[in-house]
Amino acid sequence: MKRFLAALAMLTTTAAAQAEEVTTYTLENGMEVVVIEDHRAPVVVHMVWYKIGSADEPVGSSGVAHFFEHLMFKQTDILESGEFSATVAANGGSDNAFTSYDYTAYFQRIAADRLELMMQMESNRMTNLAITADNIATERNVVLEERNQRTENNPSALAREQFNAAQFQNHRYGVPVIGWKHEMEQLNLDDALAFYDLYYSPNNAVLVVAGDVEPDEVRALAETYYGVIPAEPNLPERIRPQEPPQRAERRITYTDPRVGQPYLIRSYLAPERNPGSQEEAAALVYLARLLGGSPFTSDLGVALQFDSQTALYTNASYDGSSLDTTTFSLVVAPAADVTLSAAEAAMDQVIADFMASDIDPERMNTIRTQLHAAEVYALDDTQGLAHRYGAALTQSLTVADVQAWPEVLQSVTAEDVKAVAAKVFNRDQAVTGWVVADPEDAQ
Amino acid sequence: MMLRTFLAISLTLFASAARAETDIIEVTSEGGIQAWVVEEPSIPFIALEIRFRGGTSLDLPGKRGATNLMMGLLEEGSGDMNAQEFQAAREALAASYRFGSHDDTISVSAQFLTETQDAAIDLLRQAIIAPRFDQDALDRVRAQVLANIASEEKRPNSIASSTFYSAAFEDHPYGTDSNGTVETVNALTQEDMFDAHARALTHDRLYVSVVGDITAAEVGPMLDELLGDLPANGPKLPADIAFGLDGGTTVVDYATPQAVAFFGHAGMKRDDPDFFAAYVLNNVLGSGGFESRLMNEVREKRGLTYGIGTYLVPKFHAELLLGSVASSNTTIAEAIAVTKEVWADTAANGITQEELDRAKTYLTGEYPLRFDGNSEIAKIMVGMQMIDLSPDYVLNRNDYIEAVTLEDVNRVAAELLQPDALHFVVVGQPVGLN
Repeated sequence: MKRFLAALAMLTTTAAAQAEEVTTYTLENGMEVVVIEDHRAPVVVHMVWYKIGSADEPVGSSGVAHFFEHLMFKQTDILESGEFSATVAANGGSDNAFTSYDYTAYFQRIAADRLELMMQMESNRMTNLAITADNIATERNVVLEERNQRTENNPSALAREQFNAAQFQNHRYGVPVIGWKHEMEQLNLDDALAFYDLYYSPNNAVLVVAGDVEPDEVRALAETYYGVIPAEPNLPERIRPQEPPQRAERRITYTDPRVGQPYLIRSYLAPERNPGSQEEAAALVYLARLLGGSPFTSDLGVALQFDSQTALYTNASYDGSSLDTTTFSLVVAPAADVTLSAAEAAMDQVIADFMASDIDPERMNTIRTQLHAAEVYALDDTQGLAHRYGAALTQSLTVADVQAWPEVLQSVTAEDVKAVAAKVFNRDQAVTGWVVADPEDAQ
Repeated sequence: MMLRTFLAISLTLFASAARAETDIIEVTSEGGIQAWVVEEPSIPFIALEIRFRGGTSLDLPGKRGATNLMMGLLEEGSGDMNAQEFQAAREALAASYRFGSHDDTISVSAQFLTETQDAAIDLLRQAIIAPRFDQDALDRVRAQVLANIASEEKRPNSIASSTFYSAAFEDHPYGTDSNGTVETVNALTQEDMFDAHARALTHDRLYVSVVGDITAAEVGPMLDELLGDLPANGPKLPADIAFGLDGGTTVVDYATPQAVAFFGHAGMKRDDPDFFAAYVLNNVLGSGGFESRLMNEVREKRGLTYGIGTYLVPKFHAELLLGSVASSNTTIAEAIAVTKEVWADTAANGITQEELDRAKTYLTGEYPLRFDGNSEIAKIMVGMQMIDLSPDYVLNRNDYIEAVTLEDVNRVAAELLQPDALHFVVVGQPVGLN
């Protein structure tokens, strides 16, 4: 705790005192509610997050979570197909939805006095969707074209898909969110309805309302519209197949003539943020910045782009927002006359050097300052704050975890970073991928 | 010492029930730099947006890519700091600086904490006024640009748009890639960088907005310090050019499963009295999300695409109405045929009163929602200045939308939408298209 205060002393307390105004409660039917106040503009973001993502899908139905997200914009008992979005637009708002491994979320951004209408419609489609086989046939083509656009037409996305499949052999993080094409083509009305009946229920949902609203008013509205929906008694416990211990390094080479620039990825299994236990994840945030955050000052950037001309691009990335085990990734795009094996050797040397030497305290301080400043900048983005809470609560974290996270980040020490690096940098728990246009480039 | 405050008006928007208040203060510094300021003390940081008109269109003959490369180098060493020293200083301040280059503009976007404001401005000043263009930095960033060029040459969307622009504008800067070519980028020298810098960042083409935890009185001295030492005048801007592509279809053979179509014809100038009618029309036609006619016909009814959109693009020297759609090689022909039908039907029969009303409600309701963060407000304000709008446009803009009549829209639809003039560039291996 003391270190936290020392770090903050570099900045004034006005910034340190800033924090979002958050109120939380749970409705009787189990629906969690988070209200974030921001009265700077008369705008509200209304989001409903379901604790159901692609990694919860039944075997053989990959893509159904995302497909269902599309179907939620079709007809209900009181809304015609497309009427939901049309009504939002007619009220000057915009709406959309997104699906990930761990959640599916629906949101509208609109004038704050239209919140009730949004709740009315969103609560209606939680249980009253009335989709038909016709909807299925047309919308399935739309998601197949979406897959074409995002994945089939994009060699990096195809490579990433192969890569994830190699990384996760038992966990559904190895299956693409949008689905495998051959399974998407078979998705039918029964798959969709079975999915909907079970998972779209208040006890599996989180409501996040952010903007120019009062918590009491939101509560009253939430009780009126969401509170009356019965909880789903058969909601299964969220148990997903976990990875067995990985005991051997995995390597893939993806060749596609549409690749413009060869590159390599190394990805290690890594711990995620867990309830009451976010310290390792916080240390991994520092590790990513130290190794690959800035091309000018990070270890990979300095060694491969400045001290030598080995790489055109380097990066290290880690995102601790995940329900189950996640990854820590490194990317290197070699310079024109450098082979992938030489680039990979140079990358491994950087890791070895990092492990063998002390971390410069100045760099730890700079990262601390940047993470602190990021919290100030984040206050300007209400929708981003809403996203933070929605994602966390669907990934098993609590409101307390979300609010503790900035402090946990400030408390990370160089020793913490070294300890987590020693744990994560295990080649037997890694996948290395080369992405090339021509087999001749894979050397 | 003191700035002169010309005007401070309270702008209040009423849109449906949304009411957005943005107090725009116009200031002119002692050194003559004009800026729009919004004081927003609730969060202790400042967003600064700077634009220079001209952009990559100012590249000299044979030097294509110079402005783009030059802007990439502003963060790679200046004053007495090399690239790494500069970035270490920036990171220690937790400030962010972004340097961008576009057809008609150069952009500098900065965010910094109030408490480190002076140091953040000093460092940004150094990058803008005194870049070094060290040879090692030049070579390093050049290699990155060359890799970008190689990647763009293999991306279906990039192939489609560059084929389209090249055919429409030929030798005009709009007709070539602002990254330059492998040949021109390889030939660029340090001298070219200093030259491009002196041409692109000049007082006569400067626009500035500032939003955040700062008073209007502080902005003038800050801007004189930051930008006072720039050269006064830039070179002549390129000439206006007419859209030069006839109707038709161009297929670029490329082995990829989904064909990408980039299409369009001539558009409308931003200062045309009919611009708002065209804007409303385009919303109904193809830019209104799920409510647009094209989205409804091509996606919702037929499932031919994940998305189709159209865009009014009033550049400084040419005007276009553009669109894009992607569909499997086997279905792209149908997607294009439906697009042409919608285009022709809208030109011939116009839109309905109901569609007009719906578009107006959406456009007027959505407008105040854009003013939702310091950087967003700064970007809107600097964009307004670049097209000669006054601060009270924020107040009146929804009235301009409301004033559009069905007769206006349908007259403009008949004039603007030219189904026979639409040119489609299709990249892929489309079935049933020549």
